[in-house]
Amino acid sequence: MPQRLTKTANEVFAEAMRQINPDVVAAYPITPATEVVQIFSQFVADGKVKTEFVAVESEHSAMSACIGASACGVRTLTGTSSQGLAYMWEMLYIASGLRLPIVMAVVNRALSSPINIHCDHSDTMGARDCGWIQIFSENVQESYDNFLQAVRIAEHQDVRLPVMVTTDGFILSHCLEVVEVLEDETVRKFIGENPERKSILDVENPFTLGALDLQDYYFEHKRQQAEGMKNSLNLIPLIGKEFGDKFGRYYDFAESYKLDDAEIAIVIMGSTAGTAKDVVDQLRDEGKKVGLLKLRVFRPFPANVIQKALENIKVVGIMDRADSVNAISGPLYPEICTSLYDSDKKPLLVDYIYGLGGREVREEDIQLVFSELFNILKTGKTYNLKYIGVRE
Amino acid sequence: MIDIKNLDTYAKNTWCPGCGNFSILNSIKSVISELSGQIPIENFVIVSGIGCHAKIVDYINVNSFYSLHGRAVPAAEGIKIANPRLKVIVFAGDGDAYGEGLEHLIFAAKRNIDITVIVHNNRVYGLTVGQCTPTSPLGFKGKSTPAGTVEIPFNPLHLLLSSGATFIARGYTHGIDLLKDIFKQAVLHKGFSIVDTLQVCVSFYNMYDYYSKRVYTLKDHNIYDYQSALNKIKEWDYNTDSPISLGVFYKKETATFEENIVKNKNDVSGQRNISKIINERQEIIKKILASLT
Repeated sequence: MPQRLTKTANEVFAEAMRQINPDVVAAYPITPATEVVQIFSQFVADGKVKTEFVAVESEHSAMSACIGASACGVRTLTGTSSQGLAYMWEMLYIASGLRLPIVMAVVNRALSSPINIHCDHSDTMGARDCGWIQIFSENVQESYDNFLQAVRIAEHQDVRLPVMVTTDGFILSHCLEVVEVLEDETVRKFIGENPERKSILDVENPFTLGALDLQDYYFEHKRQQAEGMKNSLNLIPLIGKEFGDKFGRYYDFAESYKLDDAEIAIVIMGSTAGTAKDVVDQLRDEGKKVGLLKLRVFRPFPANVIQKALENIKVVGIMDRADSVNAISGPLYPEICTSLYDSDKKPLLVDYIYGLGGREVREEDIQLVFSELFNILKTGKTYNLKYIGVRE
Repeated sequence: MIDIKNLDTYAKNTWCPGCGNFSILNSIKSVISELSGQIPIENFVIVSGIGCHAKIVDYINVNSFYSLHGRAVPAAEGIKIANPRLKVIVFAGDGDAYGEGLEHLIFAAKRNIDITVIVHNNRVYGLTVGQCTPTSPLGFKGKSTPAGTVEIPFNPLHLLLSSGATFIARGYTHGIDLLKDIFKQAVLHKGFSIVDTLQVCVSFYNMYDYYSKRVYTLKDHNIYDYQSALNKIKEWDYNTDSPISLGVFYKKETATFEENIVKNKNDVSGQRNISKIINERQEIIKKILASLT
């Protein structure tokens, strides 16, 4: 029987890692992700896992060690946050380019400067084009469920790409929630054995990984990598459905919330989706036709799903918890625009940047967004970007 | 001379009571105050990394730069090169200086750039609440190594001596007079100076008793002799029990990086001279200020 326990997102990441029982974990401490591997290192010390844990000297070394381990064909996990993820940058591309199915817990925290330890999505968004699959979590339960599914997605032979599963720093990483934790044996059956893949530990068939790849083959290899990401579009919903059939919690690219007859909607990722759903409920009680689309998977970007979900909405507010600082919008906005470009029915789109550096997002902030959207619906007059909850 | 009280700031100190950082803070403030008679206070720049130590820039009322984890040294080098007249003092943790940013420390020593690096070496990651660092002893039971580390620490001073550092010292946060004296010599040294400071983290690795039983102050030691310095530096390997010497191990007078740059620029172009440029800029600033009053 699954257990109902009270845990934080950091704790369930560590718990999921224990159940996955990886061969190697290499990590470096960073707030607010430190606990993930710290709790896990206790499992290692207590002999509860077979894992070789390496306390390396930096995040760059952490990802490098994970790459080395994964290149040997073994199951490899890690976790980090913010500057740690930024410092891994160079190696993130190596992991995806070499098609290594590493799974990483990313506890979202703002990037410096100025220095800040609280939540926004700028760290993950900065890594959006480095070839990793990116899955966002609304709550602690999803953090756990997503992490388990990530192993299946990463290791599938048609995908073979690293995956980062995110959770919101402090808001989820350090806050307790009642969650359902599966039995160890159930998890082991779900993730299965680490699939065989060509590895540099195959002494009978030695080969070089990461060899020089110039004008002759580099392009073909990058094309294959792109195909792997495209294949994940088919796989992710299948794994989400299988997870739901087995454990009762279904997952897809996105979750539509009261969207069917909605005139107005917001698109949102991460923990604020929970707050926003409450506001949607309140407005629905007042008879207003509002809804919400919670995006779970940012990479690959599920453009078709977004188009179908939003094309009948009249005004859509896009909630970005990161700024691209490009004088246009945050990172989610242009992706949504792209998704709707081919549609005959184009809703009016507005971008709202919110919650940077852990700025609190209250129901009133979301209510304000909806009232702005209603105003746009009424007047037909729109704008492309507004900052919510900032003093200016 | 600036009164030490004027070096206080309004920032609330958030270090744990009993933290070794207080000794470093008070010692360096006292040194800055004393030296402010000969070095204009505005010429001091302090640079910190990330960790508990880094908050020191909030607590001293001089120009400061709060950098990234591991990157305090290169930021300080940039500051020094941009204006060689500045007195640049770096504060870094053992995670910063000996872990994530070790390469910078080696190269700063190699090029003998005239900056001072004070390492708050508590041999534990304090801000992330207790993990092993590059100088934690073998078998250290931290939160990321509950069964004890399997790695032997390295001796940072041995490494820096090999890297070409021209001033090498060790301090301890118990015994503030000695610490002050070491800091003063380090700051006044012309060239790259490092003070590995045994800074005790009372919350996660309280080593006061351990150190106090073993430390002694270097006497009759020839700081200009490389071999004597090497012997004294190797006496304690940061791992096994042995006497721990405090004081200056090594000092060498040689041209600094910025002096060589200026020299080369003059040699090459016969015209460019950093001091001249700085003088010209300062004249311009003075004129602007005069026009405002």
